[in-house]
Amino acid sequence: MSSGVQTKPEQLEGWNRPPVIAPEGEGELLEVAMGPHHPSTHGVFRMDVTLDGERVIGLKPVFGYLHRNHEKIAEQTSYLASMPYTDRLDYFCSLTNNWAYALAVEKLAGLDAPERAQYIRVILAELTRIQNHASAVGFLLQDMGASGTPLMYAFREREKILDLFEQLTGARMMCNFMRFGGCRVDATAGWLDGARKMVAGLPNFVDEFEALLSTNEILMARTQGVGVLKPDLAVNTGVSGPMLRASGVDYDLRKVDHYGIYDRFQFRVPLGEHGDIYDRYMVRVLEMRESIRILEQALKDVPAGPVMDPKAKSRGFRPKPGEAYGRIEAPKGELGFYLISDGTPNPYRYRVRPPSLINLTILEDMCLGHDVADVVLIFGSVDIVLGEVDR
Amino acid sequence: MLKTVEEIKAAIEAAIPGAGVEFVPNPGPAAEHSLLLRPESAVAVAKFLRDDAELAFDYLSNVTGVDWPDKEIVEKVKAMRITTKTVDGVEQQVEETVEETRKRIEPGCLEAVYHLYSVAKKHGPLVIRMRTENRTDRVTLPSLTPIWRGAEFQEREVFDLYGIVFAGHPDLRRILMWEEFKDHPMRKDFVEPDDYEYEPTAHDHVLKRAQAHPAAVVASGSQRWRDEGIR
Repeated sequence: MSSGVQTKPEQLEGWNRPPVIAPEGEGELLEVAMGPHHPSTHGVFRMDVTLDGERVIGLKPVFGYLHRNHEKIAEQTSYLASMPYTDRLDYFCSLTNNWAYALAVEKLAGLDAPERAQYIRVILAELTRIQNHASAVGFLLQDMGASGTPLMYAFREREKILDLFEQLTGARMMCNFMRFGGCRVDATAGWLDGARKMVAGLPNFVDEFEALLSTNEILMARTQGVGVLKPDLAVNTGVSGPMLRASGVDYDLRKVDHYGIYDRFQFRVPLGEHGDIYDRYMVRVLEMRESIRILEQALKDVPAGPVMDPKAKSRGFRPKPGEAYGRIEAPKGELGFYLISDGTPNPYRYRVRPPSLINLTILEDMCLGHDVADVVLIFGSVDIVLGEVDR
Repeated sequence: MLKTVEEIKAAIEAAIPGAGVEFVPNPGPAAEHSLLLRPESAVAVAKFLRDDAELAFDYLSNVTGVDWPDKEIVEKVKAMRITTKTVDGVEQQVEETVEETRKRIEPGCLEAVYHLYSVAKKHGPLVIRMRTENRTDRVTLPSLTPIWRGAEFQEREVFDLYGIVFAGHPDLRRILMWEEFKDHPMRKDFVEPDDYEYEPTAHDHVLKRAQAHPAAVVASGSQRWRDEGIR
């Protein structure tokens, strides 16, 4: 915990927030700035927490430490030149960021990716989802005090997946792989074999992970019934991804929007019952299992053929005037790109809909009434990356 | 099945007389047409879109701003002009057709764009937009945060980066830029400052306030050293 100073809220200058009313007959309130350099914030992020003893009675997230105006930069350059920059949004999931951007531009320009590229995209997106969920759970456990072990289990598997990314795209994290109307390079037969071999070992990893965690007494005690989010509130606040589904709302864009070729694969959408941290943990683990199922089906029959739409132009790319909103089910939630073209080589308007930022809308409500130690867990269960929150 | 945007427009007009919803076509291949709402009736329309059993747009996915600066339009207009000419040694008034270039300024606006989906019915998107009267002093639009709380941070972001003031927003502050920042960086006519490195760190009045703070008493010993020139 950062050092707090016992000051009444009305004495703090320039705080610019509604006054917090102290409960009657109790002691002074404590204002704690958690962050911007706090291990639990996963980056530079601050939460101004108002405490009554140990109990949280107010929490205001403060953003912008990593703001570089990604949108403005993208509006000043060509469509393709923003593709590598999308890697840096959610730097854990560069491939799904690429896909969301490529999907939006394809919608804007009326392009379509060929069969083989679609398969490669699904394979890469699901591998990304597995490594993101494994690390998210690992970090959550790290926040809980299980220092190292679960995170290292997750990272061991993540390394194998990043090795595959490196073989195919040349980079482990900043992949810059998708293009408008396909993928940058083709996957070789050797790479696909390697991926099959890796995926065959994944169920063992999830079993091991679950044996370690799912019935762990400390995990259950600290997460069950903590940070409950009701389904109607989750929908109204625009929460998306595993957090929304942990509250029991059946809304997976892979099923709803039918983007890519997800219609061809058999998979289920795991839903939570209580909407607490434990459900969020469980939904992520079950989603890993479903991703493995998708991977097994997708890797079975990858068709031969080109990986780029022959209509797609890499030079002089100028979509017709119009606008489009493309969104995909990224591991952290609904990642959308809103583009307006005015017929020039640069987008007139380029907007990223960041799931990490919008999932934090509900952070205060989830934390109210809980102990300050639970704030760390509730925040960890949202699964955010600051590169995407601040853009 | 989701109705077309025209049908939704008709449904809104049947439910809210005088809503004044305008259809905005999208010429691109995506063909996501949108509805332009009037600021005075926008909250009522939004409430209808959310609560209507058939439409049920309960999920606000994306909120963003768009800047449309004032446009200078140069037109060539044919105009008649009376000139005096000397024909056969006699001065005569003759009408002539002359091409003139005229400039007029089309006033710009700031636009807020909302993308709505329905989680209950699994349809969407419906794009709704609102426009301010100009880009300088009449930039207030009604906030839709009371209808969809998902707009809370995103409207703050639009306020921060574009300068649209959302009336009725519960907590309208800057979100990405710092409080003391003056301009709106996403506007098309924004000029970057020379000093990129400026940050509101502890100097000037911030430093004075920090020194007056009770916690600063501990550090006062070293401060005295510095004042006396001992280093």
